[in-house]
Amino acid sequence: MLAAILVLTVLALLFGLLLGYASVRYKVEGDPIVDQIDAILPQTQCGQCGYPGCRPYAEAIAKGEAEINRCPPGGEAVIQQLADLLGREPIPLDAERGEAKEEPTVVVIDETQCIGCTLCIQACPVDAIIGAPKQMHTVIREECTGCNLCIPPCPVDCIHIVPLEEDISTWRWPEPRIDLEQPAETLEESA
Amino acid sequence: MTRRLWHFHGGLRLEGHKAMSMHEPITDAPLPQRVVLPLSQHIGAPAEPEVEVGQRVLKGQRIARATEYVSAPVHATTSGTVVAVGERTVPHPSGLPAPCIVIEADGKDEWIERQPVRDYESLDPSALRNVIREAGIVGLGGAGFPSFIKLNPGPDKVVDLLILNGAECEPYITCDAMLMQEHPRRIIDGLLVMRHALQAKHCIIAIEDNKKVAHTVLVNALQEHEAEFIEVVQIPTIYPTGGEKQLIKILTGREVPSHGLPIDIGMVVHNVATAAAVNDAIHEGTPLIERIVTVTGEAVDRPRNLNVRIGTPFSTLLKSAEWREDDTDEVLMGGPMMGFAVPDLDVPVVKTTNCLLARPRNQPHRQPAMPCIRCGQCATVCPALLLPQQLYWYAHARNFDRVQDYHLFDCIECGCCAYVCPSHIPLVQFYRFAKTEIWAQERQKEKADRARRRHEWHLERLERKKREEEERRRRKKEMLRKSRAAGDRGKQAEIEAALARVKAKKAAQQAPRNTDNLTEAQKQAIAAVEARRQRLQQGDDGES
Repeated sequence: MLAAILVLTVLALLFGLLLGYASVRYKVEGDPIVDQIDAILPQTQCGQCGYPGCRPYAEAIAKGEAEINRCPPGGEAVIQQLADLLGREPIPLDAERGEAKEEPTVVVIDETQCIGCTLCIQACPVDAIIGAPKQMHTVIREECTGCNLCIPPCPVDCIHIVPLEEDISTWRWPEPRIDLEQPAETLEESA
Repeated sequence: MTRRLWHFHGGLRLEGHKAMSMHEPITDAPLPQRVVLPLSQHIGAPAEPEVEVGQRVLKGQRIARATEYVSAPVHATTSGTVVAVGERTVPHPSGLPAPCIVIEADGKDEWIERQPVRDYESLDPSALRNVIREAGIVGLGGAGFPSFIKLNPGPDKVVDLLILNGAECEPYITCDAMLMQEHPRRIIDGLLVMRHALQAKHCIIAIEDNKKVAHTVLVNALQEHEAEFIEVVQIPTIYPTGGEKQLIKILTGREVPSHGLPIDIGMVVHNVATAAAVNDAIHEGTPLIERIVTVTGEAVDRPRNLNVRIGTPFSTLLKSAEWREDDTDEVLMGGPMMGFAVPDLDVPVVKTTNCLLARPRNQPHRQPAMPCIRCGQCATVCPALLLPQQLYWYAHARNFDRVQDYHLFDCIECGCCAYVCPSHIPLVQFYRFAKTEIWAQERQKEKADRARRRHEWHLERLERKKREEEERRRRKKEMLRKSRAAGDRGKQAEIEAALARVKAKKAAQQAPRNTDNLTEAQKQAIAAVEARRQRLQQGDDGES
């Protein structure tokens, strides 16, 4: 009896120590699920989800505070990926958050109208606008995420959304369209 | 001497259609009035223009330089004036414009001073490679990879075998065959230069056995050289034996690893036309400004090979081959298997334009695609040992992870699978679609990562700014407090000093200063005045 209690106590202590050591030794920095969610989000940093950026939204999803359908720039594809990652059912995009974007866009500043107020610079989440007080501003096209956060603050409405045009290096072959119905019918007829 | 040959998997025996464009010798195409030179005629970074609009340039002058390692410079292909540096439509399946330099020819065709390399064997391989790089030479077989890179085996890599690819396996195309027939010496001399740059042990010139003339000519030309390390090998005519990996397999029985390069197994493959260009660059100091283009197809009456200045419009070449425009369905750049339809025929010939194929209207039309019946014929002919039906399946389903599991990127887009497909499915188009889609996703991912980093930096910057602002405010407050503490004491002292000054002044007033050196009379007068004042003051005091 005593021996059994002793053995069990020693075992419990031993495993406790082992687990304690393992938790210190193999401690994971940060929350890996947040990183995984953040990797799926498009990093537009537009805040349409109601959170001040993609990472805060990822954290909210990980905590279960937010649904996975609040990212309009990501659209269906992101919802599908998040659903796969989290083992949930995909749900349609929350219409209140905005419409999914068909084509990638960027903004351009009409430089003839810009008064150099720097308000857009302060609004840009990725520092993609350069300029100085009373100096013309311009958007770094390659860095613009198309979040459109710079548009509301502009006092002269000189920022416009333009589609990000393809060039030869970004051009994609169109998906071949196969109209299978016609031949299928003929096959049926012949059969 | 016969060499043992191996086989690669699959492949097709196609009708050559080669004789039609080989009746006439290579002729110089007419000098264009205007040449359009795209800045990106090669794989890698576009060249950077170094001429301005209005500037006169000479034939062979460098007009755009390579700014990165994987890149190639562009040279003026005739003398004239630069009239534009900007976007022009280029030969590309998209039909999109790309940056170009446009030169209006002056008709003089005046050369820049050329500097041939006198004794290339005394040159260091790296110096030799630099000459080849500066000559703007890229692989002329089709892909357009900068050649100097493929002449650089890298440290501790030994090149056992240098292969010159004269297979030219695609139907209709004959530019390499004609080059071998007419300029065997240029090819062999170029090969010797390449061999020196690579320090290769052995060299093979591989020619398909449907090019008997080219083979004989090259063998004869070789007899003049004492180069027993060069071998001319006839290989069976099976499409796509001109593929780099397929050619290596046929000649050596070895396979280039997936995602690997021939150099990984000690081999380098160059096109015969590239060798000729290397010869010109070294022995004549001529940069790559012209190439041979096969203009052929059933919609031209005089199919032949033309020696063309790069930048010449396609339409000019077609006209000199007596093109029947009304009878043309489409014009392909490249062959019938791997070429693409050119949407605009004013686009210029680039370094990789090997063939213009004008197809007539009356050809049997492509039949509509039907469902895949999984017959597996595509897998039987695939020279890359892939499973085309699976690739199609997943590409069609947009399952881009799976399609990569089936080694999509080992596909050389040779078109054998689509050729044999009994359901007429445009298989290659699906692979191209999937490849560009995957690249687009990768670019998007890269952009997202960059945006994430930039956003993090942005937040960090705001945080830092806030911290700095706080720090500044704190410091200012402290200074104010300090100065106030110091200021109290200072003010007191100041007041005291002022009081002292006033006191001193008063004291000074009580003792008039002009009382020295006075005469007795003056002293008496003063004394009288003082007495009177005293009296008056006392009187006042008494009154008040």
